[in-house]
Amino acid sequence: MSSVAVIDYGMGNLHSVAKALEKVGEGVTIHVTSDAQTILSADRVVLPGVGAMRDCMGEIIRLGLDKTIHEFVESNKPLFGVCVGMQALLESSAENDGVTCLGILPGQVEYFGDDLRDMKTGDKLKIPHMGWNQVHQETQHPMWEGISQDARFYFVHSYYAQPGNPDYIAASTNYGFPFTSAVSKANVFAVQFHPEKSQHSGLALYANFLKWDGKS
Amino acid sequence: MGLAKRIIPCLDVDNGRVVKGVQFVDIRDAGDPVEVARRYDEQGADEITFLDITASSDNRETMIHMVEEVAGQVFIPLTVGGGIRTVEDIRRMLNAGADKVGINTAAVFNPEFVKEAAEKFGSQCIVVAIDAKKVSGEGEENRWEIFTHGGRKETGIDAIEWAIKMVDYGAGEILLTSMDRDGTKIGFDLELTRAISEAVNVPVIASGGVGELQHLVDGVKEGKADAVLAASIFHFAEFTIEEAKRKMAAAGIEMRL
Repeated sequence: MSSVAVIDYGMGNLHSVAKALEKVGEGVTIHVTSDAQTILSADRVVLPGVGAMRDCMGEIIRLGLDKTIHEFVESNKPLFGVCVGMQALLESSAENDGVTCLGILPGQVEYFGDDLRDMKTGDKLKIPHMGWNQVHQETQHPMWEGISQDARFYFVHSYYAQPGNPDYIAASTNYGFPFTSAVSKANVFAVQFHPEKSQHSGLALYANFLKWDGKS
Repeated sequence: MGLAKRIIPCLDVDNGRVVKGVQFVDIRDAGDPVEVARRYDEQGADEITFLDITASSDNRETMIHMVEEVAGQVFIPLTVGGGIRTVEDIRRMLNAGADKVGINTAAVFNPEFVKEAAEKFGSQCIVVAIDAKKVSGEGEENRWEIFTHGGRKETGIDAIEWAIKMVDYGAGEILLTSMDRDGTKIGFDLELTRAISEAVNVPVIASGGVGELQHLVDGVKEGKADAVLAASIFHFAEFTIEEAKRKMAAAGIEMRL
């Protein structure tokens, strides 16, 4: 019987993440938890996140979860970051006048900018980037299994990750310019969009995560 | 290719039941929010909005339970509006599985509430609903004002200034309803929609007046809306959401098909 821990640090909609895992993970034990032991003994971990980065990192550190997340990643078991949970994996974010993040991946999180324009039409683009956009898979990865190239996923964010090493880019999406919408490094995989809100393709991604052994 | 425009069906919910007659062929229980939401999800709805029209606050529990049920089965974004007045209301809706909450009257009477909500939960989940009515006469420069209580009470607040203020206070999206057009089936107030959409830097959802699919196309192309919301044309099965999306895509609008 496999288990998955959804890290609960008081930020955002864990219910939906847990529900999506329940939907695709028959017989899988799901823990929504902030307990270090439960997290470290799980077979897989999801790091979700919604809201402002300063509050997210503040809570992660207050609960001592930064050490737990590092320790889990070192165990080589699969970790899946979602939305702010992806951004938190980088070294720092420009949000809230600059926030130091977990540094599991090299790179920064940047703001889209207030004068973002469509590459072709020149039309002004709204911030947040909100809605269904295409995810172009840049690498072959077990997490993409059965998901069509350029499938649409649901996004809502104003900041985007800029990995310091292009080898870690697992997918890109166009919004004014191509930005990194998924990253992968060894046993870590993370996405900017919300798979738990992305209907069939999103559920497929969670199903793939529950099968993934952490080797890319 | 890039971001798709969205179609959002809106369901009125009274005491945990969908009202205003959703009429699908072969639906077992047209009042069951879970069943109706699933149907729209299958048809390709990009999000679903639930409007709690329950007058009494005793029924909040029912609404929260309904959101939990829907969120366990429908994996697209859910917005809940109606009766959201406190930070605690928002917290409970988000915990139940809502992705966004719509704030309407409470924002008008207490704009600081929008600021507080956005700071606590992030702008991405705060939708400010604006009900606007044209107040300028023939030949005058267009002017719209905010109305509350289903369009019955005027506030004297300019709609465009209000939208800008709400975004400044942290609204992540504007749900704009023309009270002149609501229920008329003659199409969105395109001038109003465009004026608001061009005035703010967050997505604007056009609402009020949809009677045919071309109105949805016009809302995006002429009204510059980022999303279109409709109720009756989908509820009465005049058109499916899939048909609406195909029509919009055929008009050159990027859609999730």
